[in-house]
Amino acid sequence: MREIDVKKITETVAQLCIDANYYLPDDVFKALKKAREKEVSPVGKALLDEIFENLRIAGEEKLPMCQDCGTSVFLIELGQDVHIIGGNLYDAINEGVRKGYKEGYLRKSMTYDPVITRANTGDNTPAVIHTDIVPGDKIKICFCPKGGGCENMSTLKMMSPAEGMEGVKKFVLDFVKEASGNPCPPHIVGVGIGGSFEKAAFLAKKAVLRSPLGTHHPDERYAKVEDELLEEINKMGIGPMGFGGRMTALALHIEIHPAHVALMPVAININCHAARQKTAII
Amino acid sequence: MSEIIKLRTPLTTKDIERLKVGDRVQLTGKIYTARDMVHRRFMELIEKGEELPIDIKGQIIFYVGPAPPKPGYIIGSCGPTTSYRMDKFTPILYEMGLKGTIGKGKRSKEVREAIKKYKGVYLIATGGVAALLCKSIKDAKIVAYEDLATEAIRELTVEDFPLTVGNDCYGGDIFEEGVKRYRI
Repeated sequence: MREIDVKKITETVAQLCIDANYYLPDDVFKALKKAREKEVSPVGKALLDEIFENLRIAGEEKLPMCQDCGTSVFLIELGQDVHIIGGNLYDAINEGVRKGYKEGYLRKSMTYDPVITRANTGDNTPAVIHTDIVPGDKIKICFCPKGGGCENMSTLKMMSPAEGMEGVKKFVLDFVKEASGNPCPPHIVGVGIGGSFEKAAFLAKKAVLRSPLGTHHPDERYAKVEDELLEEINKMGIGPMGFGGRMTALALHIEIHPAHVALMPVAININCHAARQKTAII
Repeated sequence: MSEIIKLRTPLTTKDIERLKVGDRVQLTGKIYTARDMVHRRFMELIEKGEELPIDIKGQIIFYVGPAPPKPGYIIGSCGPTTSYRMDKFTPILYEMGLKGTIGKGKRSKEVREAIKKYKGVYLIATGGVAALLCKSIKDAKIVAYEDLATEAIRELTVEDFPLTVGNDCYGGDIFEEGVKRYRI
């Protein structure tokens, strides 16, 4: 058993919150640079240049790249040989969010109640935390500040297995077309297929966060569909911010899980061009 | 790309008539922030026949919830939120004399019709470039609903705030025109 103090977790989380909001991951930055080279629309090129200028200012002045510092989503891989001491894991993570969002001058967007009062909690807690128990004696913490504009561009459909891959493709393409400029393209599309209702939604989130960006699914049949869908999306003409252009999506990732004989759930989650995430291992 | 059009608030109908979809605009003057919760409160006041806490005639509403300012800054990162969530509440505001809205993403048919009918404009600020946009904000003060924190109504003084015309008073729509031009 390896002991890890909650103080260490809180400190790590606070730093992740700040860094993720100030600095874009390298793989996303490179994908945006490539998009700038490929974009044919003059307006689209100008918008991408604004994005680079914004990233420069955010990094140099230590400002959040987007005012929407997101829902604090965490994907935790907890080694089964870790013993957490001094408190509990979830309180430690929320304390880190509280500290990071305050010290980093990040926007606090969470409300106590989702429908009735919608009063702000004032510290961006509570976080949304997904925990996996894995072999080993480490904790891997992946933090993703997920913006509201692109998170709203999510959907799930319990499709009939009879609809097959053609049905899946049509569902994805129709949805991305309808989303248009709302999720701040050039974006990343995550598709989760299989499992159950909630599993498909989680797979879509994992898909949208796959790193490095553009890594294919290991099953080459699904990898081929990832390529086909990305190509089709970039033929739609939506372009940066939806103003028209060829660079609508930077990547499309599919995650799958075996499914019941009667089920074919398909979920879609989109991440904006400010596709922030940062990981630390303790 | 077209030349940049300089605009100053409050906007006149003559200003509005100059603007065409895709035009790049630099806006100077006072604008007001309002997003989801403020619009809900506005609708309650309008239903009861009561006055809004700000006079919207000739004014522009910016859909934004800014990040808090660091020491020495006027405001934190400050970029647009997605506009469609305000669509349900927007036509009546244009009817009441609002001249413009600033956000991102496409608008409903009803909003586009209101923009045409009441001679307004929908301006788009680039999403996700909030550190860049806050550089054009010269003053910021809360003027109503302080309890709403980031969602409170702020009066912003902007200088050459960079925008693109999304919907003009002639029925033009940047999203439809853009897709038509670049679709393969």
